[in-house]
Amino acid sequence: MTISAGIDIGSSTIKFVVLENGGIKRWEVVPSASQPRISVNALLNTLEPDVALVATGYGRELLKSNASIPIISEIKAHASGARFLFPACRSIIDIGGQDVKVIALDSAGKVARFEMNDRCAAGTGRFLEVMADKLDYSLEMFSSAALKGKDGIKISSICTVFAESEIIGLLNSGSSSDDISRALHWSVVNRIHTMFSRIGAIGPTVITGGGAKNIALAHLFREILKSDVFTSEYSQIAGSIGCALAARR
Amino acid sequence: MATDYRPMWKELGLNLENHDKLMEVLGKVYGDIFVSQKNRPQKTDYLDFVMSEVHGLRIKELVDAKKQGRKVVGTYCTFVPEEIILAADAIMVGLCAGADFATEQVDRILPKNLCALIKSTFGFKLGGVCPYLEASDLVVGENTCDGKKKAYEVFKNLVKDLYVMDLPQTKSPQAKELLKSEYVKFISRIEKLTGNKITPEKLRKGIEIVNAKRKAVYRLSETRKNNPVPISGLDSLLVNQIFFYEDPVRFTQQINSLCDELENRVSSGTGSFPENAPRILVSGCPMAVPNWKVPAIVETSGAVIVAEESCVGERGTRNLVEGGSSMDALIDALVDRYLQIDCAIYSPNPDRLSHIREMYKKYKADGVILYGIQFCTPYAVEAMGIEKELENSGIPAIRIETDYSQEDVGQLKTRIQAFIERLTK
Repeated sequence: MTISAGIDIGSSTIKFVVLENGGIKRWEVVPSASQPRISVNALLNTLEPDVALVATGYGRELLKSNASIPIISEIKAHASGARFLFPACRSIIDIGGQDVKVIALDSAGKVARFEMNDRCAAGTGRFLEVMADKLDYSLEMFSSAALKGKDGIKISSICTVFAESEIIGLLNSGSSSDDISRALHWSVVNRIHTMFSRIGAIGPTVITGGGAKNIALAHLFREILKSDVFTSEYSQIAGSIGCALAARR
Repeated sequence: MATDYRPMWKELGLNLENHDKLMEVLGKVYGDIFVSQKNRPQKTDYLDFVMSEVHGLRIKELVDAKKQGRKVVGTYCTFVPEEIILAADAIMVGLCAGADFATEQVDRILPKNLCALIKSTFGFKLGGVCPYLEASDLVVGENTCDGKKKAYEVFKNLVKDLYVMDLPQTKSPQAKELLKSEYVKFISRIEKLTGNKITPEKLRKGIEIVNAKRKAVYRLSETRKNNPVPISGLDSLLVNQIFFYEDPVRFTQQINSLCDELENRVSSGTGSFPENAPRILVSGCPMAVPNWKVPAIVETSGAVIVAEESCVGERGTRNLVEGGSSMDALIDALVDRYLQIDCAIYSPNPDRLSHIREMYKKYKADGVILYGIQFCTPYAVEAMGIEKELENSGIPAIRIETDYSQEDVGQLKTRIQAFIERLTK
């Protein structure tokens, strides 16, 4: 019996998974909140002492003092997690709380190239949260509104702050919230698509991270990439799955 | 133990309160990044000493020299020939440009979207924290990029004496003429400043001193080809940084003795990093003291930097000044040497890519980090093309664009660690 665990300490949530005999035994997603160390310890305390564990995510430094826990980058973690969920995939779009990554895999599933936003929140989960909030939508409503909306409006600003003022302008000129929602989703998708083409990524593509829960994003990605785009109920925990797989070796 | 340099700083016109703050941060950062490194060569104690006295003893030397009538010339660029300055018995020092300081004051006179290096130049002046600048009798600017060129127009009003050297932007025969005429003009300006006539003998002596300094750095680079690497990239970068303001003769002597140790380490197989650690070539914008952000992330992520294709590095030190006995021939030799610097302000600039490929091979690197300071257009544009060229020929490359702030350290760590993982599989 092989059992291993992975933890992905992200900016918004902490993802934790235990793999047993090649399958997911149990998993959990908890908010990082202001005391991530406490949440991390609570999760780790549920583990038997001899289970191999690997960590990733922004909070990985929290575990650095504990030298026995190896650390891998989020890129590697998401790449192998996505490959576990969809063995044929050749690229990954990871939409996290404070960053977005596009990863191209070679045919063997190794990371060939990757691209990531730098300091700004454009295209990230946070961007979508702020915009949904501006329109008085929950994230679910925001995504369904985007599916209902019509193409046509273009949000030219990729900066969260400027996009917010652009929305105010659009609302005041009578545009519908559905159409604005769609335009905002397009702005994220277009931005990520640029990163995607820059590194020569190809499909099939897996969306991982919290952004995978947004149906409109997956829909628009299919439209622009013209190839298969998959999401899974485990997409959000792909990074922790990748860690648990690394821990097995 | 410490000598009290406060009266000296005050006399130079530093803002003591700001300066205390800067020194406190600098000391802490240096401890965290340099002193904490494992398996450092013993002779890096020279680097520690130089850094601990960076605003102390070295400044006192400058002040003492000034009292004896020597002049101090502050510079910002590798295109300013130290040979000419030394030939007039003056002292050249590279000026501070590697950290954010007095940012609010800077933002009042410079636009937001300007590179951190230029802003830092202004910040150190406005904050009154650079003793090198305050000790300089002449500050030399140069027409490199648009940002610097225009910023010097503003900087002129802040310093007592600013001389701006024009530089060509191509490598044509006319460019050579321009650079030569600029160097001739610079010679008269330095003669006027010092009251000393620059003779061919004196210029040859200056050339000799600077060539010897370059050779010491070549010797150090040579040791970094080995596996394990006998010295960290951070310490090597620091050598290249103090190259600009340490006494050239002492520097040469000390670095040569560091190299003696490094060569011994190579023969005994002693490394600063474990054998087979992933090897990185850093290429791009210069890193001025104390800009150690990216190298520190690389080297705490398990990889080692084996060379710098940078003005503070091999681009700046490559090629000696050779030949010439008459004044005219010596100036030609200077021009020939300096015009080969493949700075991104030149158009086109194909030599830079060839040098990156050559260094990648020579130092047995596994990957290239294309380092850019945000808003540095010349290097940013080159980086995109170079990245593609390198990847197409199977050389892993990543573009990193950042500034002197700490806010993007998390993202940078993720990207750099993932890049290193790509090299190790």
